[in-house]
Amino acid sequence: MITESLLGTDFLIKNAKEIQVVIDNNAPEIEKLDQEIGDGDHIFNIQRGIKLVIELEPIIKHLSMSKALNQIAMKILSGIGGSSGALFGTLFMTMAKVSNIDDGIDYKKAINMFVDGVEAVKQRGKADVGEKTMMDVLIPVANCLKEGVEKDIDLKDLMRKTIETAEKGMLSTKNLLATKGRASFLGERSKGHIDPGARSSQLMIKTVCMSILNT
Amino acid sequence: MKKFLNSTDDFLKESLQGFGAAHKDIISCHYNPNIITRSKATKKGKVVIISGGGSGHEPMHGGFVGYGMLDAACPGFVFSSPSPDQMIAASEKVEGGAGILFIVKNYSGDIMNFQMASEMITGASETVLINDDVAVEDSSYTTGRRGVAATVIVEKIVGSLAETGGSLKECKILGDKVNRNSGSMGVAFSSCTVPAAGKPTFKLGSDEMEFGVGIHGEPGRRRDKVQPAQEITNELLGAIIEDLKPEDNDEILLFVNGMGGTPLAELYLLYDNAKKTLDNKNIKIARSLVGNYCTSLEMQGASLTITKLDQELKKHWDSPVHTAAMRWGL
Repeated sequence: MITESLLGTDFLIKNAKEIQVVIDNNAPEIEKLDQEIGDGDHIFNIQRGIKLVIELEPIIKHLSMSKALNQIAMKILSGIGGSSGALFGTLFMTMAKVSNIDDGIDYKKAINMFVDGVEAVKQRGKADVGEKTMMDVLIPVANCLKEGVEKDIDLKDLMRKTIETAEKGMLSTKNLLATKGRASFLGERSKGHIDPGARSSQLMIKTVCMSILNT
Repeated sequence: MKKFLNSTDDFLKESLQGFGAAHKDIISCHYNPNIITRSKATKKGKVVIISGGGSGHEPMHGGFVGYGMLDAACPGFVFSSPSPDQMIAASEKVEGGAGILFIVKNYSGDIMNFQMASEMITGASETVLINDDVAVEDSSYTTGRRGVAATVIVEKIVGSLAETGGSLKECKILGDKVNRNSGSMGVAFSSCTVPAAGKPTFKLGSDEMEFGVGIHGEPGRRRDKVQPAQEITNELLGAIIEDLKPEDNDEILLFVNGMGGTPLAELYLLYDNAKKTLDNKNIKIARSLVGNYCTSLEMQGASLTITKLDQELKKHWDSPVHTAAMRWGL
């Protein structure tokens, strides 16, 4: 068993706050990446979304996990808009639907929720690994976590492995040809740039993993 | 960045408030979530047409809400897709019992958000996907061609059919047909600046143009030195004609669209140049539209759109329309 500690809704807000700091620190870089191959709005969407989630703190701290995740999903959907809103909204909406999450969540269940969420995001965006999107980070990370749970490896080792996997996925987007999203309109010109969505996802995953490592 | 604004956070809200107040005889703006509906309730039994997309393309789409065109529009943030709650709120507000037709431009974000909305609403709905931009190669391995200025033509023609009693299925079929019969391509002389970004989306030298530019400043086919208007026109039309393959004596609608920062005098000059080229090819301009209808904030540039016409399309193009941005026959 990975660990028995239970995660509550405070875990969500605590991580959202830590993510906000990391994303803000890396905002100029993400904005520049998006201006190179996108339309430059990704960082603002992400920052707006995180802010809206953190503002939910007083409401969701009294809610069950499924209701809290649903609130976050709806807030992200309506508050971000664009592809990011739909994709991250789908991630949280799917996690909220995983059975029995209100009976308590250990890390194993949290990982299963995340894996289900990533699968739904993949369906929604119709993108797979190798298309120069955030799926180049999320899919390998989900696979890494799933394998870790199956092999029952130590949680801290798994978090370190996940950080590495996310970074590898993010860097892999540099030489890929974009075939999904706005960068796809660039064709060959999209090569040589890291995907901004992959970078922001990698930073968020790293932050959550680090926060688990530090507890 | 020099723009008329007070704070970037309030940019969209204040712009919508002004739009709502200026055209209150035609439309009503609703907030949280942001939607624009006709000021008079849609009559029962009419198929309702709802469109939407990122803001920054004004008058698209809010300017096309009104008799003979849209029943509602969902404005997203600048260059960002609207969210499902907007489409759901719009559907609930205008639903007339005969179904909802969504008109969606082919961008990943728009598709996903409209898809989630269709899954969440209970009534019958169909979607017409617009992908008229011939600058982008259409292939199953990419997101495909972008939806640009032909959206205006589709909204006008399908809006007329819905107004005159067309069924949801008929509206969907006609919308797909207009889209299939349309091709567009644009060129930019300057970038645009998204208010929240505060700086230009891309850089273009003072003597350069982006050929095949998208309506959010996405790159096109290539970057080149600015050429004489006639040469630009010939190349734009060449790409559109190669795609649409109009035949001798075919009738078309020629739409010269401004991107926001180009004066009408230049748009009419482009129309003149395009007419010369089309005359030489025996392609007959049967209907015309010139103006800023599908813009990219303050971008300097223009796009040309050709729609192949038949009797049905001409009838619905000519029929009465009364919106903030388009009004005739009434």
